[in-house]
Amino acid sequence: MSVAISRRNFLKAGASGAAVLLVGINPRGALAAGQQSTEFNPFVRIDADGMVTVIIKHFEMGQGTTTGLTTLVAEELDADWSRVKPQFAPSDNAKYKNLAFGSQGTGGSTAIANSFMQYRQAGAAARELLVKAAARVWQVAPQQIRVEKGVLSAGNHRGSFGDFVELAAGMEPNPEPILKSPEQFQLIGKQKLPRKDSKAKTNGSARFAMDVKLPGMRYVVILRAPKFGGKLIDFDASQATKISGFVDAKALPNAAGVAVYAENTWAALQARNAIQAQWDLSGAEQRSSDQLVADHRAVNQSPQHQAKSDGTEQVAALVDAAPRRIEAEFSFPFLAHAPMEPLVCVFEPTANGVRVLDGCQFPAIAHGTIAAVLQLKPEQVEIETLYAGGSFGRRATPTADYHVEAALAYALLGQKLPVKLIWSREDDIRGGYYRPMAQHRASIGLDENGQIIGWDHRITAKSILIGSPFESVMVHNGIDHTTIEGVADSLYTLPKMSVGVTNFETPVPVLWWRSVGHTHNAYVIESLIDMLAHETERDPVELRLSLLDRSHKEQARLAGVIEAARDLADWKPGQKRGFAAHYSFNTFVAVVADVSADGDKVHVDKLHIAVDCGVAINPDVIRAQMEGGAGFGLGAVMRNAITLQDGEVVQSNFPDYQPLRMADMPAIEVRIVSSNEAPTGVGEPGVPPTGPAVANAIFAVTGKRILDLPMTNSGLSFV
Amino acid sequence: MAIQLTINDQLHHLDVAPDTPLLWVIRDQLELTGTKFGCGVASCGACTVHLNGTPIRSCVTPISVAAGGEIRTVEGLEGSGDPIAEAVQQAWGEKDVVQCGYCQSGQIMSAVGLLKETPNPSDEQIDSYMSGNVCRCATYVRVKDAIKTASDKLEG
Repeated sequence: MSVAISRRNFLKAGASGAAVLLVGINPRGALAAGQQSTEFNPFVRIDADGMVTVIIKHFEMGQGTTTGLTTLVAEELDADWSRVKPQFAPSDNAKYKNLAFGSQGTGGSTAIANSFMQYRQAGAAARELLVKAAARVWQVAPQQIRVEKGVLSAGNHRGSFGDFVELAAGMEPNPEPILKSPEQFQLIGKQKLPRKDSKAKTNGSARFAMDVKLPGMRYVVILRAPKFGGKLIDFDASQATKISGFVDAKALPNAAGVAVYAENTWAALQARNAIQAQWDLSGAEQRSSDQLVADHRAVNQSPQHQAKSDGTEQVAALVDAAPRRIEAEFSFPFLAHAPMEPLVCVFEPTANGVRVLDGCQFPAIAHGTIAAVLQLKPEQVEIETLYAGGSFGRRATPTADYHVEAALAYALLGQKLPVKLIWSREDDIRGGYYRPMAQHRASIGLDENGQIIGWDHRITAKSILIGSPFESVMVHNGIDHTTIEGVADSLYTLPKMSVGVTNFETPVPVLWWRSVGHTHNAYVIESLIDMLAHETERDPVELRLSLLDRSHKEQARLAGVIEAARDLADWKPGQKRGFAAHYSFNTFVAVVADVSADGDKVHVDKLHIAVDCGVAINPDVIRAQMEGGAGFGLGAVMRNAITLQDGEVVQSNFPDYQPLRMADMPAIEVRIVSSNEAPTGVGEPGVPPTGPAVANAIFAVTGKRILDLPMTNSGLSFV
Repeated sequence: MAIQLTINDQLHHLDVAPDTPLLWVIRDQLELTGTKFGCGVASCGACTVHLNGTPIRSCVTPISVAAGGEIRTVEGLEGSGDPIAEAVQQAWGEKDVVQCGYCQSGQIMSAVGLLKETPNPSDEQIDSYMSGNVCRCATYVRVKDAIKTASDKLEG
């Protein structure tokens, strides 16, 4: 299966002579159909052979979007699942925007949620057009026509989708096609619908940007500054000329490094090792991690900003006066995303501009940035989206960092030769754009009965969004929402809460990392709730439920998954197990963790996960995302940290940034809570509650409360 | 250096420096891109291929070591007539193991190697044999499940 097609070919396809039906949405937001798609954005294409193509406006990093969006169209169309294929949309911000952002891109677990109605409407409109066309040919009433698995029938009449595309393409679509009601669903909610990308990814044929090779292409790696914020002064490539396959080395015009060009990847990597460079490190980060932690802790004492209406001073006074207190400080390290496919993209000259081949997460940013760097008009740039070998947020940077590097390297060759920018694993681990380091301090005051009377919470972390194009939407009064999400807006009833925020300053670039601020915030809140349960001798599940008001819809749904996980795991008060629940990206997840320990040697045996993500489109993909999200969160809290020594990153590759491996992976059981609410995301929400559930289980089993991450900092090892 | 290499039953005559890693010959020269670059230091297994029937990490295997040998890559599994390879690929589909998919060629090559050596592996044997294959999507639950499914089918 090929899901890659160039925009040119894509737009031309309708004009090739054979009949085709395209259905999508025009710039005025109305459904549109035809043979040509010059004006509207096709979401659905049906060819004369009956093959249905669903145009996927999101990229696929493994989260299952190609299967999910295809399901939505196939459902309403009553298509044959084996005759429907996904194809990535071209980069076109006007036509393929993410309705959650207002621009084309993937993130925040929004792909299914924002596409749910759009793609169903396109499928339903296409179905109605085909029925109308068949009714006209067969001279029967449309109501008499049945559609099943890509076949239309009425009495003795039978025909495939393809038989009617030409006629249907000339008709006006119903502006409000009738959508199925949930009980009519055949594919949505089906327990096992095969993934669309499964076969290509098991026989080696799936195409990633790392796999692209073009005639005359130059392979490029960048020699970057050894410390964040360093600038290139000069370099000497004389030793590199001895490497067979080395072509040239050029300083990037923004002084960010040296572009090393070669005839193949291996030569480029070797040549880079042979180049000596001098750097201006006067503006670079020079501190070590210990100092950075101390500096975070110091500024965290006096918050810059207050996210809640009860001020820091007032709440601190309440807590100070309380008869009982819980106090804790938590430290979180920088984390690298480390997707399996290191960053890579290919620039190819076209007749009037450039084509970029990329596992492109945020075309809206990459497209404009590339045009600006190359001094081209946006219409001279095309982006062909290929499969992405993971991302976890790394392929979407507000600065389009790796696209800029590739564009500069391409421009330095006069925009004449194809250029492939490759990051090695060392580049990836040492390249910044980390989950921010974070420091939390919480003081919770309790009355004699163990009821919360004040909660003084302070967070210090570098802001991800200040200075980015997202600042105007996501930063208010100096507070980056991603710093406080899951704390300041916790669904628990926490009376008299203050949340002080300090934006830490460092040249180390930071970025969203699968579930963003929830990665540390859920760990802190769910650990504190567990500490509260321990302090007040209450069952952690019962305590959580008591903090949720069932008349509030979101709180009731969180309570629902807490009960579902409790029942799934057969949780009983007094057992030595861990519990955590969290609401993120509009999805509710609760986790029961079972661990075993022999002294400080710990093994995570099993996770019981309950999730409420509204209508479950592809239950098996949801289960896969819960399994994967849990594993991703688990590996990080167990043993991952990016640390600095005098400003230089200590880790360099998997041996010292040890990822979760097969033997670390617990058994996982997932229960999807039945719901008729609109579908919400599943890519990220499995991550946040996993770490604290495991930490709480470790406390229950060993008595050790882990406040300093990763857990190996506390002397634990995982076997 | 002139080197002969049989890859997926096809003989290739190549002129490459003897210390060039097999991975880059397979990917950049022969364009068999199913075999992936993940770490370059034999720490993730994305580059796993078979040399004379045994899984190796091609990113640290100099071409001179592989010279004269028989290499099989993921592209060469289909239609190879190897029932283990067929069962493994089929099980991967049945269990919908893949997410991003980038590591899966390596996972599959290792899984085939495991089942050749140990037709009916225990959980611990799977954990141990597959420990060199990293999946950042953490598809491990399904990788294990698929290995057991393939094993059951072959034993069946």
